Amino acid sequence: MKPAPFAYARARSLAQAVDLLAQDDARVLAGGQSLIATLNMRLSHPALLVDINEIDALGGISLRNGELMIGALTRHVEAERSAEVARHAPLIALAMPHIGHPAIRNRGTIGGSVAFADPAAELPACLLALGAQIDITGPTGSRTVVADEFFKDLFETALGARDVLTAIRVPAATTANRVGFAEFARRHGDYAIAGLAATARADGKHFADVRLAYFGVGSTPVRARHAEAALANGDVDAAVVALVQDLDPPDDVQATGAVKGHLAGVLLRRVARQLMEPRP
Amino acid sequence: MSERFHEIAVTVNGEEVRERVDARKTLVDFLRENLALTGSHVGCEHGVCGACTVRVEGAVVRGCLMLAVQCDGKRVETIEGVADSAEIADLQQAFVTRNALQCGYCTPGMLLTAQELLASGGVPSREAIRIHLSGNYCRCTGYQAIVDAVEAVAKARAGERA
Repeated sequence: MKPAPFAYARARSLAQAVDLLAQDDARVLAGGQSLIATLNMRLSHPALLVDINEIDALGGISLRNGELMIGALTRHVEAERSAEVARHAPLIALAMPHIGHPAIRNRGTIGGSVAFADPAAELPACLLALGAQIDITGPTGSRTVVADEFFKDLFETALGARDVLTAIRVPAATTANRVGFAEFARRHGDYAIAGLAATARADGKHFADVRLAYFGVGSTPVRARHAEAALANGDVDAAVVALVQDLDPPDDVQATGAVKGHLAGVLLRRVARQLMEPRP
Repeated sequence: MSERFHEIAVTVNGEEVRERVDARKTLVDFLRENLALTGSHVGCEHGVCGACTVRVEGAVVRGCLMLAVQCDGKRVETIEGVADSAEIADLQQAFVTRNALQCGYCTPGMLLTAQELLASGGVPSREAIRIHLSGNYCRCTGYQAIVDAVEAVAKARAGERA
């Protein structure tokens, strides 16, 4: 199908973007890899698209004060090829090849993926596992929201109608940090049937600060807190059993909730093995 | 500023084109309807099938997930341009030799996507080729012959470089 008519404006600065978003039914257009699909299917019919692609200040990857900052307009392909991301945010580097296909990654942006917040998408779960901070600028100024409070409900986030997500920040990994990532998808690059992004800190023979963030199993990425506690004690079997307390996956077009629940356990075993290996 | 219709100047296959476009017109519809470049195909129109693949600023993109108005000032290449320049003559020949197409609907997108992998150098594994082409559906061949063709070209180009 073809999109319903809309007006289009190219913002030259963040301030201009926020001003333009004051218009009713205005939407931010970044990489467009989800938004334009929904326009084509007429699931979305904004009055105005505010294109932020020419705002240079929203790009770039940098290490500052022990945090890796990834500008919202960073294309997936840039993050995928970035030595900084591989070194300081290895979880994001692991997830990146699973996000869409090459043509999608050439165009899609980090900020767009997080702001769209598809519950089956990889990056939102990675941010949740990493305890990332999300920088936002809106009509009243700038603020930061932690990942645990950012994803509210199905495609609903802490972003308001006039807010622009400007960057994400994750703590730079140290040698004690372990990460794991796995997903099931029908075709490589498609949205996952179920997936898991995980971080932990090696603490002798045990783990500390285990964070398990599932995707494709609910309305948002979901922390499996009971399983986290069991895994911190080094008991993978108990962690798999504990998942029933953490997850209640609904049926969707890809799989039943029961299948997703089973897959969650398989993913946990795979990811637990990855967490046990020291970083190279 | 916030208008529905926009004047754009786009370099398509090396030639500058000036057109007035509706903001809602996708890049692939612009190429097909305004410029009669019908080598780029329209399949699913929501980014799943890859039939509309074109290059913008040298990188492959979904022609259905980018608006024509966003290409103002940009360089766009379609299968027509890339075929005319002979950049992928060896890949096209390999597709014929290996029977890597039947109906041909996916072929322009398949060629452009494969060329991006081949241009990055080296001889990718069959698994890497399959992963790279995962976003391009072919409903005829079962992919085996496509992977054969891409692999053959990778080896031939590596041989020429050696």
